[in-house]
Amino acid sequence: MTEQNGNERAILEVKDLKKHFRVGRGVYLKAVDGVTLEVQKGETFGLVGESGCGKTTVGRVLVRLYEPSEGEVLFAGEDVHGTGGDEGKLLNRKMQMIFQDPQASLNPRMIVGDIIAEGIDIHHLASSSQERLDRVHELLETVGLNKEHANRFPHEFSGGQRQRIGVARALAVEPEFIVADEPVSALDVSIQAQVINLMKRLQRERDLTYLFISHDLSVVKYVSDRVGVMYLGTMVEMAPSDELYSNPLHPYTQALLSAVPIPDPDVELERERTVLQGDVPSPVNPPSGCHFRTRCPRAVEASAQIDPPWREISPGHWVQACPCFT
Amino acid sequence: MNGGNILEVRDLQVSFSTYEGEVQAVRGVTFDLRRGETLAIVGESGSGKSVTAKSIMRLNPEANTIVGSGEILFDGRDLVKLSEKQMQNIRGPKIAMVFQDPMTSLDPTMKVGRQITESLKKHLGMSGSDASKRAEELLALVGIPNPKERVRQYPHQFSGGMRQRVVIAIALACEPQILIADEPTTALDVTIQAQILDLLRELQEKIGTSVILITHDLGVVASIADRIAVMYAGKIVETGTVRETFYGPQMPYTWGLLASIPLPNADRSQDLIPIPGSPPDMSDPPEGCPFAARCPYVMRVCPTEFPEYTTFSAEHQAACWLHHPMAPNVEPPARVRGAK
Amino acid sequence: METRYRELDPSLFESADIDAEEGERIAGPPVGFWKDAWIRLKKNRGALVSLAVLVLVFAMAFVIGPLISPHSPYSQGLSQRYLGPTSEYWFGTDKFGRDMWTRVWAGTRVSLYIGLLAALLDIFVGVVYGAVSGFLGGRTDDVMQRGIEILNGIPYLVVAILAMVVFDPGIITLTIAIGLTGWTFMARIVRGRMLQLKNQEFTLASRSLGASGLRLVSKHLIPNSLGLIVINLMFTIPAAIFAEAFLSFIGLGIQVPEASLGSLISDGATELRFHPYLLWLPALVFSLLMLCFNLLGDGLRDALDPKMRK
Repeated sequence: MTEQNGNERAILEVKDLKKHFRVGRGVYLKAVDGVTLEVQKGETFGLVGESGCGKTTVGRVLVRLYEPSEGEVLFAGEDVHGTGGDEGKLLNRKMQMIFQDPQASLNPRMIVGDIIAEGIDIHHLASSSQERLDRVHELLETVGLNKEHANRFPHEFSGGQRQRIGVARALAVEPEFIVADEPVSALDVSIQAQVINLMKRLQRERDLTYLFISHDLSVVKYVSDRVGVMYLGTMVEMAPSDELYSNPLHPYTQALLSAVPIPDPDVELERERTVLQGDVPSPVNPPSGCHFRTRCPRAVEASAQIDPPWREISPGHWVQACPCFT
Repeated sequence: MNGGNILEVRDLQVSFSTYEGEVQAVRGVTFDLRRGETLAIVGESGSGKSVTAKSIMRLNPEANTIVGSGEILFDGRDLVKLSEKQMQNIRGPKIAMVFQDPMTSLDPTMKVGRQITESLKKHLGMSGSDASKRAEELLALVGIPNPKERVRQYPHQFSGGMRQRVVIAIALACEPQILIADEPTTALDVTIQAQILDLLRELQEKIGTSVILITHDLGVVASIADRIAVMYAGKIVETGTVRETFYGPQMPYTWGLLASIPLPNADRSQDLIPIPGSPPDMSDPPEGCPFAARCPYVMRVCPTEFPEYTTFSAEHQAACWLHHPMAPNVEPPARVRGAK
Repeated sequence: METRYRELDPSLFESADIDAEEGERIAGPPVGFWKDAWIRLKKNRGALVSLAVLVLVFAMAFVIGPLISPHSPYSQGLSQRYLGPTSEYWFGTDKFGRDMWTRVWAGTRVSLYIGLLAALLDIFVGVVYGAVSGFLGGRTDDVMQRGIEILNGIPYLVVAILAMVVFDPGIITLTIAIGLTGWTFMARIVRGRMLQLKNQEFTLASRSLGASGLRLVSKHLIPNSLGLIVINLMFTIPAAIFAEAFLSFIGLGIQVPEASLGSLISDGATELRFHPYLLWLPALVFSLLMLCFNLLGDGLRDALDPKMRK
């Protein structure tokens, strides 16, 4: 929980971000439909939600892979999407991304050394090929791999190693902010811990700021300082990590937390569970008013009629204040 | 065969011949499935858990599967030795399987009802109308609303969670004695997973099927399993009741697994304890204990020979040289040292 | 509790050093994509034999055939008409007394030339067109695809006849007829691949690093399409050879005194009754070419198919 100085600005500000994809004549997929958040320098903001909630889309808008339909993204006060050319390229260096699929995130035809050095090449960060090589070796060692690995192809590595190569690639351009989109979801449990520890160490050593996107609540809680929960394109609750898990206000957050099975047999036997009924509605046509009302155990009539306001219920704890619980 | 057991697997060995050589997926696996219980087989990639499950059903690709010595005893017969025709009479009515990906488990060109009645007509000899009625009952049993309508729909008209329910309905249609579920909830969202786990629990109580659950998720195991078998690199390294194994694990790999999961009340300032390195390459599996290369407690004997199983209680066994009387005493990491 | 333990040497229970680094080491030399594909191709005997035969045929047509025979494909000798294969005329002679050996290899040269021309067009027009269309996407892609559809609507036979009328029949005509529409298949394939690759995470990673469009296409998209391109070429070439053979067979292609396999087969067919060797010999070479290209193409497809790994 970082204090907000009067002078210190959040390194990342997202204001009412919307991203709609056109899927037919006049039909839009509202992947992100109004998300507002701030991330302080040096912290880890966890973005959590199930499939279709829009968290990956948010991540991609932040690193400029998509243009927003509405709303703004400010990095250190600068509009991330207004800029092109050299300024834009600088932003590419400052904000980087780590991808989910260790299989698909590395070009199978390139050797690892070239994959890692791509950022260096694009931004001319090395003045000689020796310097480039040295930097690649350094990065490989930073992520726990060997120099010899630079000449190998991605398919020769395991999933965990490939993710680390992905981290090295992102680090090559010396970013300040990294969006990690499900960085460990595709890995074995014992390997997940390796990559998570690596990311934490790098954060301490290089003062990095992370947006950690995941559907795995246990991992998110562990790595994040603050957490935002998304459902169907909007953020339903946002609070410091411990606060969110001990005092969830929104019924969806409560259901989500309740649904995660805990690796402790006695606890599992005794705890009370809220199991949601039904399926997630389509983001093409989300329910009116509170998007969650179709599955909410506490929905009331008013849930359908008004868009629940985004309110700060207690310091740092924001929630979509649906009439069903306020 | 012991009266309480419905399935006995003895020293099962399965390899695949690939263009790179022979990959030894399962290297001598022995376990029992008791009547009415849920046994979880837990392991990471390359552990051989899925191959074990498929081998019970004889669903491995015939062309390049090599099954070594070893038996799978069910209903008085050794499944390894049965002909394909004989297996077809077992798959479905006696042993059924649910797979991981609900998107590809159903035939997209066939109505859902028909996919259920097919099995009923073939194995139970039901008439068309009886089978249709039963199909509706099954859909209701697995919690699909409006079964009368849904029975006539195609798979693409169902969501992922609903499709998995249909798959479960098809599997249970002939009331099999054993249900093998291979990562049944891995591809589903967490809230849907909770629904399916609840369903499996309910169904097991109602119908009394014995379940083998293949998973890598220890939370799921704690939620619905009675006993657990931990696999690593083609071998079982520990078995026991869920309580025994979670609260008193006896093998460093199990310690490693438990220690590397972030618990809900974990202290964020402490690093997780990962297991260094990666699982071994199964086309050239190591001699001796396969975990030796990654084990923080490794001794010189470990890579030379696979340890014998030490018995800790009626159900709890582990294979580790640390339990040999000549081995030094070792404390498992604090995180793992028995919560209760 | 009940387990009996064997007596073992106490020193075995001393702690051993684990080298976690050792676990990270990868054995063997780096195996690139093409080397890996070659290894797999070698295991396919049919493809390997086909490759060898093709190399042989190329060598014969362009180098060996003309060199080792003293005769010319054009010189007529009315006294040597219709000779079957002899020690002087290895493939015999045709109705004008021309040496069939040299004529067959000359014909093969022409057929191979047509095949290679089609392949070049495929690469320079087809790949570029498809890559641009697929990469740019959107409106541009729509327009370019409509263009292809229009071209495909024109039957190449009609184009061939028109070309015959406008230009002199011969190699130019053939080039136009086959070249005008032959590349569209490759363009479609490459476009499909581009669309698929555009959304892969490694492409997105490059974009987020700030890669320019040119860099994306040249370093990421095209290299990952090469497999598909090579496979397609292996099927384009025999298709072009066949098209030429067909046109020549019906008289729209190569004219006398030039020869192509198609025209030789055509001539041979008329002599089938009394001089069957005039048909069999060029037909044999032609069939061999088609078979080998197709087998090699199949083999390459298996060798380059990423799904076949592991």
